[in-house]
Amino acid sequence: MSTRLATGGRLLNKGKQLNFTFNGKQLTGFEGDTLASALLANDQMMMGRSFKYHRPRGVVASGAEEPNALMNMGKGGKFEPNQRATTTELFDGLTCASQNHWPSLEFDVGAVNNYMTRFFPAGFYYKTFMFPKFAWKHVFEPIVRQSAGLGQVPKDRDVDTYEHFYAYVDIAVIGGGVAGLQAAKAAALSGAKVLLMEQTAHWGGRAATDGGEVDGKPVADYIADLVAELDAMDNVTMRTRMMGSGVYDHGYVLGYERVNDHTPGNDGPRHRLWRIRAKQIVTATGAIERPLSFAGNDIPGVMLAAAIRDYAADYGVSIGDRTVVVTNNDDAYRTAILLKNAGLEVPVILDARAGGGGALAEEARALGIRIENGKGIAKVKGGKRVTSVAICSQAGEGAVLEEIQCDAVAMSGGWSPVVHLWSHCGGKLTWDDAQAHFRPDATRAPTNQDGIGFVVPAGSANGEMDLAAILNDAHDAGKAASKAAGFNATRKAAPKADAQAEAAMEPVWLMPQGAGPKLRIKAWLDFQNDVKVSDVRLAAQEGYESVEHTKRYTTLGMATDQGKLSNINGLATLAGQLNAPIPAVGTTTFRPPYTPISFGAIAGEARDEVFQPLRRTTIHGYHEDVNAFYEPVGQWRRPYTFPRKGESHADAVKREILQTRDSVGLLDASTLGKIIVKGPDAGKFLDMLYTNMMSNLKPGKCRYGLMCSENGFLSDDGVVARIDEDTFLCHTTTGGAERIHGWMEDWLQCEWWDWKVYTANVTEQYAQVAVVGPNARKVIEKLGGDMDVSKEGLAFMEWKDGKIGDFDARAYRISFSGELSYEIAVPASQGRAFWDALMEAGAEFNIMPYGTEALHVMRAEKGFIMIGDETDGTIIPQDLGLNWAISKKKEDFLGKRAQLRSHMADPNRWKLVGLKTVDGSVIPDGSYAIAAGSNANGQRNTQGRVTSTYYSPTLDCGIAMGLVHNGPDRMGEVIEFNKVDGSTVKAEIVNPVFYDMDGEKQNV
Amino acid sequence: MSNAVSALNSASFEGFATVTETGLRGMITLRGDLSSAKLKAAVKAATGAAIPDVRRVTTGKDGMAAWMSPDELLILCDYASVNDTIATLTAKLTGEHALAVNVSDARAVFRIAGDGAREVLAKLAPVDLSAGAFQAGDFRRSRIAQVAAAFWLNDDNSFELVCFRSVAQYVFDVLKVSAQPGGEVGFL
Repeated sequence: MSTRLATGGRLLNKGKQLNFTFNGKQLTGFEGDTLASALLANDQMMMGRSFKYHRPRGVVASGAEEPNALMNMGKGGKFEPNQRATTTELFDGLTCASQNHWPSLEFDVGAVNNYMTRFFPAGFYYKTFMFPKFAWKHVFEPIVRQSAGLGQVPKDRDVDTYEHFYAYVDIAVIGGGVAGLQAAKAAALSGAKVLLMEQTAHWGGRAATDGGEVDGKPVADYIADLVAELDAMDNVTMRTRMMGSGVYDHGYVLGYERVNDHTPGNDGPRHRLWRIRAKQIVTATGAIERPLSFAGNDIPGVMLAAAIRDYAADYGVSIGDRTVVVTNNDDAYRTAILLKNAGLEVPVILDARAGGGGALAEEARALGIRIENGKGIAKVKGGKRVTSVAICSQAGEGAVLEEIQCDAVAMSGGWSPVVHLWSHCGGKLTWDDAQAHFRPDATRAPTNQDGIGFVVPAGSANGEMDLAAILNDAHDAGKAASKAAGFNATRKAAPKADAQAEAAMEPVWLMPQGAGPKLRIKAWLDFQNDVKVSDVRLAAQEGYESVEHTKRYTTLGMATDQGKLSNINGLATLAGQLNAPIPAVGTTTFRPPYTPISFGAIAGEARDEVFQPLRRTTIHGYHEDVNAFYEPVGQWRRPYTFPRKGESHADAVKREILQTRDSVGLLDASTLGKIIVKGPDAGKFLDMLYTNMMSNLKPGKCRYGLMCSENGFLSDDGVVARIDEDTFLCHTTTGGAERIHGWMEDWLQCEWWDWKVYTANVTEQYAQVAVVGPNARKVIEKLGGDMDVSKEGLAFMEWKDGKIGDFDARAYRISFSGELSYEIAVPASQGRAFWDALMEAGAEFNIMPYGTEALHVMRAEKGFIMIGDETDGTIIPQDLGLNWAISKKKEDFLGKRAQLRSHMADPNRWKLVGLKTVDGSVIPDGSYAIAAGSNANGQRNTQGRVTSTYYSPTLDCGIAMGLVHNGPDRMGEVIEFNKVDGSTVKAEIVNPVFYDMDGEKQNV
Repeated sequence: MSNAVSALNSASFEGFATVTETGLRGMITLRGDLSSAKLKAAVKAATGAAIPDVRRVTTGKDGMAAWMSPDELLILCDYASVNDTIATLTAKLTGEHALAVNVSDARAVFRIAGDGAREVLAKLAPVDLSAGAFQAGDFRRSRIAQVAAAFWLNDDNSFELVCFRSVAQYVFDVLKVSAQPGGEVGFL
């Protein structure tokens, strides 16, 4: 049984009881408990089931490395799967449930997989799902979908908020154990600005539990003083519940702060992602104890020795009454000593080393604990709980010498420094034979933009394993970081700690070392993904020599714990099987985040209303008032049409077009790009940008122009107005405004830097309204003002400044619809008032707004091209019959030379034509004109494609524009376009101008 | 002029800092040679302000000048006097290659005030906003979450922030999220 002890629990506030629920059971714990310690205190040893075999799983660790104790946490909008019980702080009202079982944790149907173990070897997925081909869809996928995933998928929207925070410091110290605290102090004494972060809620890490003395006082007291000292320093910021999640180029660090996970009712964000720039980063990330690989090492009750120590000392929880300790190093003796002193039984310490332990072993022996050197575990017995262990010689093959009753096993295979953050950005590792672990290679640190190392490892993260060495190393790390950050390092000496001499550890990668297949198949490496010693050996036998390949083949280390416990044991097993030294096999790549972080933290504030920016014109309020139906255009949301109650979108578009053609309509054209180009060289500049001539445009006049990329492809179009001798206003497409402004600046800054031209993007300075239709002039004249908008006063393709009503207006006589049309710009802040005034003045003409679809249909009726419809990045103006807009006089313009290339000048390029269906129907969007025969891939040959296709209310039939092989020479010919249903539709090739071919209507 | 309204009509939000849309402001994009004596005199005549240093803002009796790029200033003045200010600039810059253009209506202005103002911005802009690094008169052209913005710190420890008018609602909304009660970081 695991239970709460009468003593111990340094992190608990036993005065405050908390209630929580696990699988529907009401349980209690104390303030300061983790979910794991609280469950253990309630004798809830089993916390889940493994991924592949559904084996019972208990907690094995006490921190971020825990692979087993993953929970479905919370409910509804606060539900989140795969939450680690060991790093979840208990709070009142917490609800959680175990994962990956059905129907219940205790009785699980999926556990039948467990008895099929030998049918699920390494690479099972790859081997099984290859054939027969049909089986994937009909057999395997449905089964995999049923069983995939540990936790459940949230069904409700996350109710919490999240945020980012940008922080700039000289030195970021990751890890608030004794090393991190010491390094932060050493760094801060230099005057550097220091940010110290600790992933748990407590400072000091495990030093207080493991004991020792520093500067003549207990290490716990030393830590308390250190924390107080740092807290008082103005240049130090200390954050608990904040994990150093990743280290990136140029001293960029992500800090994952769990602001309200432990106080879920509080105001403020749940998580905050710190985006930190630091000159230097100290990784004081500690070390993780390794499991030992023996048969049955995954049975609930088998735990890391230090974790058992933590639960007793930190949370006052005993895992069992009788704990067998099995180790290859001295540190695990601390667990035995602590348990014995707490009044619990330690029937035996199995020390795999023939020579046994050092001073700590003597201390244990003095307490009366039986110690067996050179011995190990042949097998753990038990199902959902350890019942006994069978002892054997480590040197043998597992012949059982004795069976000892126990309900817990504390194992220790040595310690591995947490080198993840050191490695994220390229820090290299070196193999330490004495400690049998990888540690940072100080000579090969990740380097910054100056080629200087910017990460300094400290303490046990740097491979130092005793208190005195840890403090010395951390102090030096703080000094080194402050020096590298440009400060004068402190001259203060490191504190003095009493070193506790330990006997050398001996690597043990399999217990017993000669374990046969029957034992190996039950010796777990990866507890969450069910990878055993036998799987890694099989992978090696099948030719997987690379550790990266073996990882993927066996899924070792690919679970949500990212192999924190399994990594070294797995690659040592692989190395053993390959007869290669461990450093030659190497490690898998360490990638951020250190432990999984929430999607919410990554998204930050970007959700709901502010998921992405929505650009609004100053007339947008009107569109909202009348419930316009929108379409996205860039980040704008433009009205597609303005449907009336009960009206279909198609009917609304038809109504808008007929009204505009018959009388008058309004379009919110504010989104069109407007760029001022000014300077003595402005004309020359525009002659280069546009395919046609702009420099000879007279002030007061407008001209339509085309812009191409330097590769000749059509990029944007619009009307240019010359304001004065030096100044032009260039209209761009809505989506092109920022891009074309950037394009202009690119050429001016990089190529023609000596040309005297300035540009300014004034798109949003103006609200622009197109007043369109035969009655447009009457509406404007009704508003009054001093502007003469008569045919003579303001002719087609002219512009003029003046007053319309009491609005400061600039009117352009330009038309994209073929009707009498004025595009009128007013200051944006007056846009809504101007729109309302036009609506009021136009009431007698039944004025109504029209949307982008009516705009598109009307321009298609006139045969006007649309960037993005007729063009797709592969179209040159010549394809569209726009030769009239390409200057032959100009020596050069962007795209000119490209358009002379043989492929561009090829007469076989598809060319723009109008298309009119024979039966009056509308050709489907994206249709191809089919041709005889089929190509090498067995596909039907094509001879053209549709670029725009609409129902034309004006002509009451389907019209389209398209690119057709030799199209302009085939007028009157009928060709066929494919339809989605497999049939075809016949269309006649016609002139693309369907309506008012002579342009009489716009020029009145 | 009576028809003119600002983007959010002086909307305001009270969180751990106060966010307010400040109404219409005169704004002029001035491009030219910032080292030229003529441009210096023009800015002085129009606003009373000196040419600002890189990433700084200067204040005169009739307006402010903010450093936008090596050849661009943002001139700020009363909304009502923007045409006069442009006229002054243009007159004083006769013969000089320069561009002065009214962008008042293309922008929205927010004030972020209170003890938490620095942290409200630091959640959205990748800028060192610590007191030592960002001081009164400092100006930064940066971004607020996903859109372009520029801001500066006034003598009274309030920030003013300029963004495009079309995204005023977005900027106001992200500032509100950023300033939500309980969101104090305690770092700046």
